[in-house]
Amino acid sequence: MRAYLAILSSRIRTLLQYRAAAIAGVATQLFFGIVRMMIFDAFYRSPASAVPMTHEQTITYIWLGQGMILLALFGVDKDIAEMIRSGSVAYELTRPLDLYSLWFARALSGRATPLVMRALPIFSVALLFLGLQPPPTIANAVVFLVAAVGALLLASAIIVLLTVLLLWTISGEGINRLVPALIFFCSGIAIPLPLFPEWLQSAIAVLPFRALMDTPFRLYMGHLSGAAALSALVHQWTWIIVVVLAGRMILARGLRRLVVQGG
Amino acid sequence: MKRDSLHLYLRYLDISLRSQMQYRTSFAFQALGHFLVTFLEFLAIAAVFQRFGQINGWTLEQMGLFYGIISVAFAIAEAVPRGFDVFPTLIRNGDFDRILLRPRSEAFQILGQQFQLMRIGRFTQGLVVLIWASQRLEVDWLPTNIVLLVFAILGGACLFSGLFVLQAALCFWTTESLEIVNCTTYGGVEAAQFPITIYRSWFRAIFTFLIPLATINYFPAHAILGLPEALGSTRFMQWISPAAGVIFLFASLRVWRIGVRHYTSTGS
Repeated sequence: MRAYLAILSSRIRTLLQYRAAAIAGVATQLFFGIVRMMIFDAFYRSPASAVPMTHEQTITYIWLGQGMILLALFGVDKDIAEMIRSGSVAYELTRPLDLYSLWFARALSGRATPLVMRALPIFSVALLFLGLQPPPTIANAVVFLVAAVGALLLASAIIVLLTVLLLWTISGEGINRLVPALIFFCSGIAIPLPLFPEWLQSAIAVLPFRALMDTPFRLYMGHLSGAAALSALVHQWTWIIVVVLAGRMILARGLRRLVVQGG
Repeated sequence: MKRDSLHLYLRYLDISLRSQMQYRTSFAFQALGHFLVTFLEFLAIAAVFQRFGQINGWTLEQMGLFYGIISVAFAIAEAVPRGFDVFPTLIRNGDFDRILLRPRSEAFQILGQQFQLMRIGRFTQGLVVLIWASQRLEVDWLPTNIVLLVFAILGGACLFSGLFVLQAALCFWTTESLEIVNCTTYGGVEAAQFPITIYRSWFRAIFTFLIPLATINYFPAHAILGLPEALGSTRFMQWISPAAGVIFLFASLRVWRIGVRHYTSTGS
């Protein structure tokens, strides 16, 4: 366990070096957030009948999404992808560590630091000037944080799964092209999920991707409560376990058939 | 000289396309991925329209026209001058020095670096939306309207290309690419998919005068639809407005040339 913690903290310290990139990222996300806010302002001006979210809730949802965009916008671990391509992944195998846990720790730290560095400034600006509402109660804030940690774990598990699939080059790459499109549509980053037609929502609800954004955001606003909140958390944790187990199994299979050339 | 350059560009194109076709399956997945992302994006917008019915009095079909023009134009600009997009790597590695030594203009050589065919995914999607929207709107496809549509798309491609050139030119001063410029390219696409009258006036001014995205879809689309226009432009202005994109590209190339003169190598 200590080895994984050391990997976690050293990766975090490396990433903290890229402060300029973080500032540029924050400014970009603020810009996109303002554009989206104006688009939804315009939508809410039209005399619509029954919209399942109030204007304020939608704006809050948008800003939570902009702040935590790194939970829904990701691809494979580029360094590991290169190792798999070049064959130096063999060195990873010689380490006296569990390979899945090693890669998971890398993915988790690679997500966590940039996520916090982006989220905190965006939340502060949006809270002060741009219409992000604070959570209605302390309980909402706590349950939001719990779900956000779950979302982070799920995102890391998906990253490792996508990376492991690269051991099967072509089909792995194909999946890596298509999954981000699905995440974009089904997580809530494109459009707040409650605004989708009901039949589509029930299909999306089964998939794992809403647990990345939609679940924490609705818990934050109190848009989900009681039994619905509990079942959303159960959904999230079920998928974390499924994706981790799938990643482990596929990695084990991939390593059994792995042939590395060279000497 | 002119014919010679064209010949050379076709050689560049041939090399670039052949190298991309080495990995056919991979190429197919990438193109499909682009199609899927943009297709789902439009589907998401359609879902919101279903909830609200309209945006500032505009229907989904009308928005489809704005969306289609901008999407096709952006796809062209992402594919053709792709070399400018990967330019920061050239600067960082000091590879730009080699380009300076060759007897052709720098901009021409960067243009020839890569033609990214997989953008056909977004191109196709934009075209599908455009055709769907014009069917639903029962646009009268007179030859004049087709000419204006093509002019608008080319003007848009020039405008986005100009933005990519500017982004590359900034590297002469900063050596690294600035993510913030994406606000004007990807952000511009996202913003200009909707009629600009939905935005606040300061924002509208930016996308009309500074980065004239409105001139390549909002104004010409009014002429094509035969609608009166809210901001008080005349039909004539709507017809010539895509020229702003072409002018923008030329201005960007001027900045680029200043950058080239300012260039100092990173060494190797």
